[in-house]
Amino acid sequence: MSQMINLKIDGEPILVPAGTTVMDAAEKIGIHIPRLCYHPDLSLEGNCRVCIVQVEGFDHCLASCATTAWDGMEVQTNSPVIRQARRDIVELLLDNHPKDCQTCDRDGNCELQNLAYRMGVRERHFEGKRKQFPIDDAGAAVVRNAEKCILCGRCIRVCGEVQGVFNLSQHGRGFTTVVGPANLAPMDESACIQCGQCVSVCPTAAFLEQDHTERVWEALGHPRTEKHVVVTTAPAIRAALGEAFGLPMGTPVTGKMVTALRRMGFDAIFDVNFSADLTIMEEAHELLKRLEGDGPLPLLTSCSPGWVSFLEKFYPEMIPLMSSCKSPMQMQSTLIKTYYAEQKGMNPKDIYVVSVMPCVAKKFEAARPEHTLDGVPTTDAVITTRELAQMIKSYGIDFTRLPDSDFDHPLGTSSGAGDIFGATGGVMEAALRTAAFKLTGKNLGNLELTEVRGVTGEIRETSVSLGGKTLNVAVANGLQNAKILLDAVKRGEKEYHLIEIMACPGGCICGGGQPYPPIGTYTMNHDLAKARAKALYSIDSAKTLRCSHDNPDIQKLYADFLGEPLSHKAHELLHTHYTARTPRGIR
Amino acid sequence: MSACCHCTHDNWPELERGYRAMLPEPILAFIDENRQRERNESMLIATLHMVQAHFGHLGPGHLEAVAQLMQIPLAKVTGVATFYHYFRLQPRGKYLINVCLGTACYVKGAEKIAQKLTDELGIRFGETSKDGVFSLESTRCVGTCGLAPVVMIGDEVHGPLTPSQVPALLESYLARAAEDLVGESAANR
Repeated sequence: MSQMINLKIDGEPILVPAGTTVMDAAEKIGIHIPRLCYHPDLSLEGNCRVCIVQVEGFDHCLASCATTAWDGMEVQTNSPVIRQARRDIVELLLDNHPKDCQTCDRDGNCELQNLAYRMGVRERHFEGKRKQFPIDDAGAAVVRNAEKCILCGRCIRVCGEVQGVFNLSQHGRGFTTVVGPANLAPMDESACIQCGQCVSVCPTAAFLEQDHTERVWEALGHPRTEKHVVVTTAPAIRAALGEAFGLPMGTPVTGKMVTALRRMGFDAIFDVNFSADLTIMEEAHELLKRLEGDGPLPLLTSCSPGWVSFLEKFYPEMIPLMSSCKSPMQMQSTLIKTYYAEQKGMNPKDIYVVSVMPCVAKKFEAARPEHTLDGVPTTDAVITTRELAQMIKSYGIDFTRLPDSDFDHPLGTSSGAGDIFGATGGVMEAALRTAAFKLTGKNLGNLELTEVRGVTGEIRETSVSLGGKTLNVAVANGLQNAKILLDAVKRGEKEYHLIEIMACPGGCICGGGQPYPPIGTYTMNHDLAKARAKALYSIDSAKTLRCSHDNPDIQKLYADFLGEPLSHKAHELLHTHYTARTPRGIR
Repeated sequence: MSACCHCTHDNWPELERGYRAMLPEPILAFIDENRQRERNESMLIATLHMVQAHFGHLGPGHLEAVAQLMQIPLAKVTGVATFYHYFRLQPRGKYLINVCLGTACYVKGAEKIAQKLTDELGIRFGETSKDGVFSLESTRCVGTCGLAPVVMIGDEVHGPLTPSQVPALLESYLARAAEDLVGESAANR
């Protein structure tokens, strides 16, 4: 056991292990010291000074997040001096911040707004020059609004430490300091991979996703004879959408979500999980083909658009390893405008496809020129879970009281393998369920591969024996972890057959487009990730249909339309290609 | 990875050739030598100094070449380059305007002169005018406090100045720059 030390916080004695910060020690006796730049899963910056405390023997205040407690320390968290100083700090931050809370995207879940309220700031004292910067809203996915930035540096840290992208940095100095990509280039011309983690960790609205809600409302407003508006939802939405309506973390809300979408007027409600099953059919066959010597190993999964961009910008030489499968979203959209359009006897141009994604990068993916049919994008709009929640609220739907209902056919049925796509390790597990069946003719034991299930910020690996073959597989989430894995493969230290990579820590369930956790809980929080993942695994285990190859609608799709996995038609519609892109990222 | 060796996706050799072509040999040697050492990134400022000494400024291409060859994220490199006052991001103009912001000049209204200059030239301190004629900088005392407020253009001191005199003053240098241009083209003929 580590050495314990005694200290007093607001007069109360407390025993903590050596190395505990003052902030964490205070938490143990139920005092939540206000904070702003702090994030438990990022390095300590200590730059906002909001978490200052008074320490006996010091004539200046100390930042509690960055101060390790010592034996005999006496701390005041709420002395008059501290209360005044802390309030002054928040007031000064506000004085250099736009006064537009009512019209701001983060109204109601802004950490700065919340802090000002908590500190009792009820008026502004200084009217003067305020920083003014242009908004970069030209990007397909990420909007940067430096006027809202309070220079806490969380975005810089998450971009570098968690994602390994290092696309953001402070530029200039003093009053004109601004956070942005190199040379303050537009986001889409920078090394940004559009994962949206900067949006997730930003305490204010300095980073946001590109809004697609208006175009969806507009599509829904068209006469139905002119436009057939189809919506399709990713696996991870059902595990997190409820949070936006006050339901406990990890409450599955599939049925309510479908009902809400139907009430909003969508003509058909499909499940991207169907195309997750389809992805598995194609990807598992791709793996089998490569195992037979036709193509390089390891096979890298290609569902996560942030990861796809990362590969193209940071590891272009490994492009040949990447699965050529489109992401489930793009497979689904393509099928809606071909297979479904054919069944309905409709012109694909009259169909409007809205994808609900836990992801910011999907907006970028939808805008890629390779994802078009006759020059029209296959996916017309991508809204994040947050945007969907906002739309439901805006409509006035009382979400928690909604009855359950089911997805429409023919693109609405999915196996449990499709459901778990949203969690790190899920694509791997789903692929192995089908690969096992194809290799051995029977299903994998109890079908569950708990070795590859996990939470945020991990690399996991295991070996699976299938029909006399041993497959080495690995899973990484968070692109910094992906770097570690890819570098090991490059150096020849590791020989894998299949690697699953998801850009966001924890996988899609903690994607850049998921609801902001309540103030006091942070993105990348392990409990949050676990609760959301558990929701998906519980949906999977409650199903009798648990393998992609058993999905009757998938079987029908192949029989009626595609032929067989990796057929010419499947290649044409369901597969894509990748290109080395610049600016090349620094790894 | 052996199965991957035939691929043509790796853009690094081509990019690297391009970046190496942008910097002179001694700087490349310096970068290569530091790459072998630990804490390569701590040599960033030294490298930027060398680049600026060679080119007179740090252009976007130079910064990108430094970032890629040193393998330091470009955002970090441009962050450092924009933080330090010493680094110039644009080529220096024909005439360097140094506005004295020392105590005496400041008291006598140097700030108004500075404002007039930025308005007239349409640039901020540290920048160069679009026509490449003027660069604008500030200094703390040029030792001619009796003439406050003063502005140095090239090696000539002008003072005491009022904001209303600024346009004519800039005009005289523009005329000189134009004359020089005519002279140069005549000499070339």
